[in-house]
Amino acid sequence: MIRFDQVHKQFGSHVVLRDVSFTVQRGETVVIVGFSGAGKSVCLRHMVRLEGADSGLVEVDGQAIDLLNRKEMRALRSRFGVLFQGAALLQWMSLFDNVALPLRERTSLGEAEIAKRVEERLEWVGLLDAAERLPAEVSGGMQKRAGLARAMVMDPEILLYDEPTSGLDPVTSRSIDELMLRTNRERGATSVVVTHDLISALAVGSRILMLHEGQVVEYCAPEAFVKSEVKVVQDFLAAQQITG
Amino acid sequence: METVFHVDWRGACGIGGLKITYLNFPLKSVKRLGSGTLQKFYRIGHAFFMLLEAVWYFRCALSRRNRADTMMQLYVVGVKSIAVITVVALFTGMILALQTGLELMRYGQQVFIGSAVAVSVIREMGPFMAGLIIAASVGSSMAAQVGTMTVSEEVSALEVMGINANRFLVMPRLVALVVMMPLLTVYTDIVAILGGALVGYTQLNVELLAYYHNAMMYTEVKDLYVGLFKAGLFGLVIGTVACHQGFSARGGAVGVGVATRRTVVSSFLLILVLGYMITRLFYL
Repeated sequence: MIRFDQVHKQFGSHVVLRDVSFTVQRGETVVIVGFSGAGKSVCLRHMVRLEGADSGLVEVDGQAIDLLNRKEMRALRSRFGVLFQGAALLQWMSLFDNVALPLRERTSLGEAEIAKRVEERLEWVGLLDAAERLPAEVSGGMQKRAGLARAMVMDPEILLYDEPTSGLDPVTSRSIDELMLRTNRERGATSVVVTHDLISALAVGSRILMLHEGQVVEYCAPEAFVKSEVKVVQDFLAAQQITG
Repeated sequence: METVFHVDWRGACGIGGLKITYLNFPLKSVKRLGSGTLQKFYRIGHAFFMLLEAVWYFRCALSRRNRADTMMQLYVVGVKSIAVITVVALFTGMILALQTGLELMRYGQQVFIGSAVAVSVIREMGPFMAGLIIAASVGSSMAAQVGTMTVSEEVSALEVMGINANRFLVMPRLVALVVMMPLLTVYTDIVAILGGALVGYTQLNVELLAYYHNAMMYTEVKDLYVGLFKAGLFGLVIGTVACHQGFSARGGAVGVGVATRRTVVSSFLLILVLGYMITRLFYL
C-alpha cells in the first residue's frame, strides 16, 4: 500500500504539490491524470524518493520512505519497477543488455539464466527480434516496450508508469495499454500510472486521481470519474471529447 | 490629498500610495549572496562525497560488472586522445626550443635548449598540456554524456534499479583518467622533447647527442615524479568536475551545454591553481 499524507513540494517559489493525500491499495491500478504541470510526475517520483517531500509523509506498506537509510531504500526500491517517460534506456547498450542490467547488477544469476529471463520478458513485450538493436535504432514505442520489459524483469510488486503512451500514435498507445493490463492481470502487481491520455486512463485504471494545481480534485472509479461534477474534471473530459 | 510617509518592517518606505523599495536592495542582495554561498558549499560537498565514494569503488574497477566499462573508458581517455596530444606536444616543444634557442644563439649557447625544453616540459608543461587537452576533449564529453543521462532520467533509472551511479558511471571514468593521465603526460614529455630536438637540429645547428646530454644533465627524477603526481591529480579533478557537473545538469539541452562549459572552465582553473600549489610545495 502506498500512502501520501499531506505531501507538500515546491521548487523555488513554485508550489507543485499542495498537501496531497491519497492511498493506493495493494493490487489496484491507480491512474493519476491532470493538465501539464499539475504535479503528476513529481508525485510519482516521490514514491521512489527520486524527490523528497518538503513536508508530509510518503509511506509504502507502513514504512515512511523519508526515514529510510540508503540500504533500506535500496531494498524498498527493489520492490518497484519504473517505466520512465522517455523509457530512460542506456543508449550505449542493446535492448537485451538494458533489460539484463538489473539482473546483472542486483543478482548473482549466471549469464545463461539471465539470458533466459531477459528473452522471456522481451518476448512478453514482443521485442525478441530486436534484442540486439540499440535504443537509437528502434522506435519510441519499441523503446517504451523495452523500458517496460526492464521494469518487469525483477518481478516487482509495484509498477510505476510515467506517461507510458505520450508521444505514441493511437495504435501503439493501445498496445502499451494492453501490455499494462496484461501485466497487472497476470502478475497482480500494484500499479500507478501517470498520464494525460484519458482513453488510456479509463482503459487501465481501477481508480482515477486527478491533480490540478498541485491538489487532488477527484479520486474515484473510472465510471464515477466520467460523471464527476467537479468543474476541472468536466473541462478535462470535454477537452478529450469524453462524455459521461 | 493627505500625504502619509511610511516605513515597513523590511525597511521599504513610501509616500502616500507610492512605495519606494530601494531600501530592500541591500537585504535582498545579502539574502541572495547567503543562499548562493550555501549552494556553492552544498555543491562542493556533493562533489567531494561523490569523489570519495567513487574512489572507494576503485577496487571494483576490474570486477565482472565493471570491467567492460573501465576498459572502454581507458580506451576513450587514452587511445582517442593520442592524436591531438601528439600535435599539441610536438608544436609546443618546437616553439619552446625555437624561442629559447633564438635568445641563446645571441650568446652562442643554443646547445642548452635541450635542458631548457626538458626541464620546463617535464616539470610543468607536460602535465599542464595533457591536463588542458584532456579537460577540453574528454572532460567536456564526459560532462555532456552524464548530463544527457541525467536530463533524460537514465541516472534516475539507475537509482531506482538500485545501481549506484557513482560506481557504475563515475568510478570507471575516474580510474581511466587517473591511470591514463600520467601515461599521456610521459608521452607528452617525450613528444615535446623530440619536437625541441627537431627544431634544434634543423634550425639551430644543435647536434642531437648534445641536445640529449643537455636535456639529461639538468633533469632530475624528482621532476618526473612531481609531473606524474600532478597528472594523476589533474585526472581526478577533471573526472570529478565533469561527472559532478553532469549530475547537476537540469533543463534539457541547455542544461547539458551549461554543464559542459562549466566543466571546461572549472577544470582549467583548478589545473592552474593546483599546478602552482604543487610546484610551490615541492620546489620551494
